[in-house]
Amino acid sequence: MGTIDPSGMTATNGPSVQQSDDAHGYYTPGEPLVDPVAPTGPISQRWTTRKFDNRLVNPANRRKMSVIIVGTGLAGGAAAATMGEAGYQVKSFCYQDSPRRAHSIAAQGGINAAKNYKEDGDSVHRLFYDTVKGGDYRSRESNVYRLAEVSANIIDQCVAQGVPFAREYGGLLDNRSFGGVQVSRTFYARGQTGQQLLIGAYQALERQVAAGTVEMFTRHEMLEVIVVDGTARGIIARDLVTGEIETHLADVVVLATGGYGNVFYLSTNAMGSNVTAAWRAHRKGAYMANPCYTQIHPTCIPVSGEHQSKLTLMSESLRNDGRIWVPKKKEDCQKDPRDIPEEDRDYYLERIYPSFGNLVPRDIASRQAKNMCDEGRGVGPMVGDFRRGVYLDFSDAIARLGKDGIEEKYDNLFDMYARITGENPYETPMRIYPAVHYVMGGLWVDYHLQSSIPGLFVTGEANFSDHGANRLGASALMQGLADGYFVLPNTIREYLADAPFSKIDESHPAVVEAQQDVQQRIDRFLSINGTRSADSYHKELGHIMWEYCGMERSEDGLRKAIDMIRELKADFWTNLKVLGTADSLNQSLEKAGRVIDFIELGELMCIDALNRRESCGGHFRAESQTEDGEALRHDDEFAYVAAWEFGGEGGQPVLHKEDLIYTAIEMKQRSYK
Amino acid sequence: MATPTLVKGARATRSTITLKLLMAASGLAFIGFVLAHMYGNLKAFAGHDAFNEYAHHLRTIGEPMLPESGLLWILRTGLIVALVVHVASAAALWRRANRARPVAYQVKKNVASSLSSRTMRWGGLTILAFLVWHLLNFTIVKVNPSGGATDDPYNLLVDTFDLWWMTIIYLVAMAALAMHLHHGVWSACQTLGLTNTAVSRQRAKLAGWVIAVVVAGGFSLVPLFTVFGVID
Amino acid sequence: MNLTLNIWRQPNADAPGAMHAYAVEGISEDMSFLEMLDVLNEQLNAQGEEPIAFDHDCREGICGTCSLMINGQAHGPEVTTTCQLHMRSFTDGDSITIEPWRAGAFPVVKDLVVDRGAFDRIIQSGGYISANTGSAPEANSVPAPRDKAMRAFNVATCIGCGACVAACPNGSASLFMGAKITHLGELPQGQPERYTRVVDMVAQHDHEGFGGCTNIGECASACPKEIPLDVISQLNKDLRTALKQGK
Ligand SMILES: Cc1cc2nc3c(=O)[nH]c(=O)nc-3n(C[C@H](O)[C@H](O)[C@H](O)COP(=O)(O)OP(=O)(O)OC[C@H]3O[C@@H](n4cnc5c(N)ncnc54)[C@H](O)[C@@H]3O)c2cc1C
Ligand code: HEM
Ligand code: HEM
Ligand code: SF4
Ligand code: F3S
Ligand code: FES
Repeated sequence: MGTIDPSGMTATNGPSVQQSDDAHGYYTPGEPLVDPVAPTGPISQRWTTRKFDNRLVNPANRRKMSVIIVGTGLAGGAAAATMGEAGYQVKSFCYQDSPRRAHSIAAQGGINAAKNYKEDGDSVHRLFYDTVKGGDYRSRESNVYRLAEVSANIIDQCVAQGVPFAREYGGLLDNRSFGGVQVSRTFYARGQTGQQLLIGAYQALERQVAAGTVEMFTRHEMLEVIVVDGTARGIIARDLVTGEIETHLADVVVLATGGYGNVFYLSTNAMGSNVTAAWRAHRKGAYMANPCYTQIHPTCIPVSGEHQSKLTLMSESLRNDGRIWVPKKKEDCQKDPRDIPEEDRDYYLERIYPSFGNLVPRDIASRQAKNMCDEGRGVGPMVGDFRRGVYLDFSDAIARLGKDGIEEKYDNLFDMYARITGENPYETPMRIYPAVHYVMGGLWVDYHLQSSIPGLFVTGEANFSDHGANRLGASALMQGLADGYFVLPNTIREYLADAPFSKIDESHPAVVEAQQDVQQRIDRFLSINGTRSADSYHKELGHIMWEYCGMERSEDGLRKAIDMIRELKADFWTNLKVLGTADSLNQSLEKAGRVIDFIELGELMCIDALNRRESCGGHFRAESQTEDGEALRHDDEFAYVAAWEFGGEGGQPVLHKEDLIYTAIEMKQRSYK
Repeated sequence: MATPTLVKGARATRSTITLKLLMAASGLAFIGFVLAHMYGNLKAFAGHDAFNEYAHHLRTIGEPMLPESGLLWILRTGLIVALVVHVASAAALWRRANRARPVAYQVKKNVASSLSSRTMRWGGLTILAFLVWHLLNFTIVKVNPSGGATDDPYNLLVDTFDLWWMTIIYLVAMAALAMHLHHGVWSACQTLGLTNTAVSRQRAKLAGWVIAVVVAGGFSLVPLFTVFGVID
Repeated sequence: MNLTLNIWRQPNADAPGAMHAYAVEGISEDMSFLEMLDVLNEQLNAQGEEPIAFDHDCREGICGTCSLMINGQAHGPEVTTTCQLHMRSFTDGDSITIEPWRAGAFPVVKDLVVDRGAFDRIIQSGGYISANTGSAPEANSVPAPRDKAMRAFNVATCIGCGACVAACPNGSASLFMGAKITHLGELPQGQPERYTRVVDMVAQHDHEGFGGCTNIGECASACPKEIPLDVISQLNKDLRTALKQGK
């Protein structure tokens, strides 16, 4: 305590010293890591100073500089549009048939910004504070402060683009409080905020395509990053329609490829969401930070059977009026819920957390739901060996507000539920179950969003940067757009100011090697000719991850999971079956490549989770709980970012720790009892 | 066919919507004409002299400022121009539509559209064919299918519709016209940008019904009453 | 339930295609339509026949990737996207015909997958507001009347799926275009470019080979986002104004 942080300010905590070593034998300890471009000075001045200090690039030179941006979600789309406007030569990639379809489109709730339009005490500092606290003190304070600082500009920018945010009668912007935060700072466009923000970025991007500054490559999947003399100089992408393996070279490469929640097979992510771009970069030297940090959302529509391919989120706002319960007796689980008398119902959240009740944070609500189902008191159809669902009951709310009152508030959610389940939620209680929703982990980046490979920048959900061990609702959209519109364009300047970079062409050995690697992998998938589809491996991986590396983890479970994943990987390479050819649209082939990367990532996630013997943010570690069974964080041991370096094929990953030192904030344990 | 290029120097005048605006304008001109024409035909109920008087009057309006049949020719020119515009635009849009769907569906359901909306083109052709015959019949050649006199408009009319099959031809044409108008009126409102709300859309559809019934119904009275001998 | 599926198969854009019949068994009514196709594809893979290519991504009705003409209706019999259509809308023993979107401007890529790049080019031609990053004024400095903002929002929900084109007998993309014109045209920020936007977008639409709209109305009923027909009227009106302005 009281030590001087490298930033020049007085630190409120000291570096952590890890006592436990659960992952011993699974990893190699590496050198400590420091952010080489961490800013200094008072926190509120850091970003302003840095923008000024970063060198400028002459507009006439920008035309000669080429930038590859993979991903067209909020992070990538916004960056490509902005860099295009600035006059760089941009190449933009996405695997979908249009940039407008990136999964940012699915975000519902809203986007935070410290506008203080309601004069309710919000400020940049409060948004910063809430975000660090929400992340359970596992994020970097400089990054988060910057995020809060630019948040207001995001709203201005989006409104100027024509994003139809909700408005009040006077024509000014409306906002609401979201996710248990006490100020109103969440801007929204009904339940389709992500869609509207993405369409705004997409339109800005298409405008640049028309202007000729951005060249768009849709239905292209990035399969490798090209690293020449230690710096990223391009990518190998496959044209998903013709199958052609293309080489794209540039001065700098940006990955904005989204999250890897699909490692769990069932998640709220899109079917195509993948880790391939990030994982390939990881294998080429980019560190993967905190891979085990995942966020699980408590209010998803439950699984209905083995065939299920994805999960659908319903807004968390439902918990404001619904009461969550399961039957007290296992025998009642198959009964019609309306026939279960009041005294046989267990309103378990209200019972365990009397002061917060049904409004406990996401991770607690999720974990308790899983506990109830694991105890055998879940409801709904039997999937595998137990029922995965708890009731979210609106009958009290309907009695209080009337059916019309509920309809007015939740109409579209109720409709969606009815469409998917075929049940009428006005008559019988809804069933909900937690689902993987977001990953806080991702490629390690410095304050400039540059990864450990020079020239490779990472933005949006694909990086690990701003949310620590848990993300506040409505702040992923904020981060994606902050990175894309305001941060990256300012930090990448500093890198590009060193141009011109050495000339390389497609015959460079590093390029040829990357091409060959990609080609060989594809040939290998097609030639195994075993008996199992890539999808079946994905499903199996998902079961393992959910069971052992989901909301609650234990040392034994994680060890078991690592063994299972290793076996699965070996089986994949001997028994996979991919039909069709490499020179046409081949969705099974695409899937195979994504699944094997998920398998490798899954192993690393389990190792990371094994090492982190603390309950923190979105996850609960069985060995680290208070006497009454609540999450117990260990700031003395784990207040660090775990950045994993690839240890080579068959080798062990190398762990680099970056200490988290706070100067503007003090760490506190949370309590919801 | 789709080509991945962007159009340069776009002009509003060259768009499909401009073609549609032309159709709507010429269509509305036709509606004005048929309403007036229908009203004129009803003079047949007033008897031989009144009707012929009216036919004559049409040719002398505006005299001596205009030569004989002057106004009529102004009207005719307008109608001919409208017809050319209407039919040419229809042909252009028809051709585009065929190219826009080069491969047909094996199964295609129509859920929301009216039969009249889907038969505008064939209905229009029916009207055109009718028009050719109609003009031969009454104006250009003055064919009297029962072989009677052709220089007396009233008699020509009565002679024509005394034949049951001529009445049928006209009634079929009126059915085609009714359908064309049922969709055409609403469609013209939509094309002109007058139906921006659910209410105005309802009104335009209602107007389609009303005009279709009034025009086709009104026209049909004369042949029907003639074949049944009320007018003779 | 057991079903017979008649599915269009076409190896690539240039090869001829044909309908093929497949039988699937044991389909649960809780499955989504695409999950039913997943089952078929697993079955085909096991039999050594190449799985059927179809477009999909979010599977929650928002990305607009999924398509399919199901028994002659775009996105099938309900007002929703194919990914949100569930098998309880069908009955045991049904025979279901599945075809790709058919439009000259949407060439088939493979099987049920088509290329909707024309939509992106329509947006490129003018479906945006030119506001460079960093140049935006404070968001509340320009109030937007709430009713107009609501209308803008209602039509901004278009997901660019192309069902309107697929359903339209003329293969017209007027509903898609009208939605964008109305969205941007209702907002104060959209005014400066309003009339050049409509001219440019319509020109691109025509150039791509979409048909002209004759107000048939199938599009709106196929639209999973229930975009109303009045956006087409708005589109026409804006073009008429542009004509008057000599654009
Ligand atoms: C259902 C749901 C609801 C949510 N609700 C909210 C909310 O209310 N508020 C909030 O703040 N956050 C929310 N989130 C989180 C938030 O939406 C995401 O974190 C955020 O949008 C991610 O944006 P992104 O730009 O990083 O990635 P994405 O939008 O996922 O974009 C990824 C891009 O990368 C491309 N890509 C990926 N891999 C490759 C490859 N190998 N080759 C080429 N291209 C590739 C894709 O094509 C795509 O264009 C929600 C998330 C989900 C799933
Ligand atoms: C003389 C009587 C006619 C009248 C009163 C008439 C009226 C109209 C009107 C009002 C429209 C709607 C315009 C719009 O959509 O904006 C229309 C459309 C059309 N008309 Fe006519 N028309 C007539 C004759 C014809 C003829 C002779 C043809 C011959 C081909 C024709 C073919 C069409 C077609 C193809 C359309 C477009 C379909 C549509 O808009 O849905 N019409 N007509
Ligand atoms: C039952 C229905 C109809 C009857 C009885 C009828 C009768 C007549 C008669 C008697 C004339 C000659 C008038 C004259 O020369 O003084 C005439 C002319 C004409 N009619 Fe009709 N008509 C009918 C329907 C229509 C319809 C539906 C159309 C158009 C779509 C039409 C278009 C015309 C035209 C263009 C002329 C020529 C006018 C001219 O001299 O330029 N008629 N009709
Ligand atoms: S208007 Fe409707 S049908 Fe057409 S692309 Fe948009 S959402 Fe799809
Ligand atoms: S169905 Fe087609 S004709 Fe127009 S009203 Fe819809 S685009
Ligand atoms: S798959 Fe996204 S809308 Fe259907």
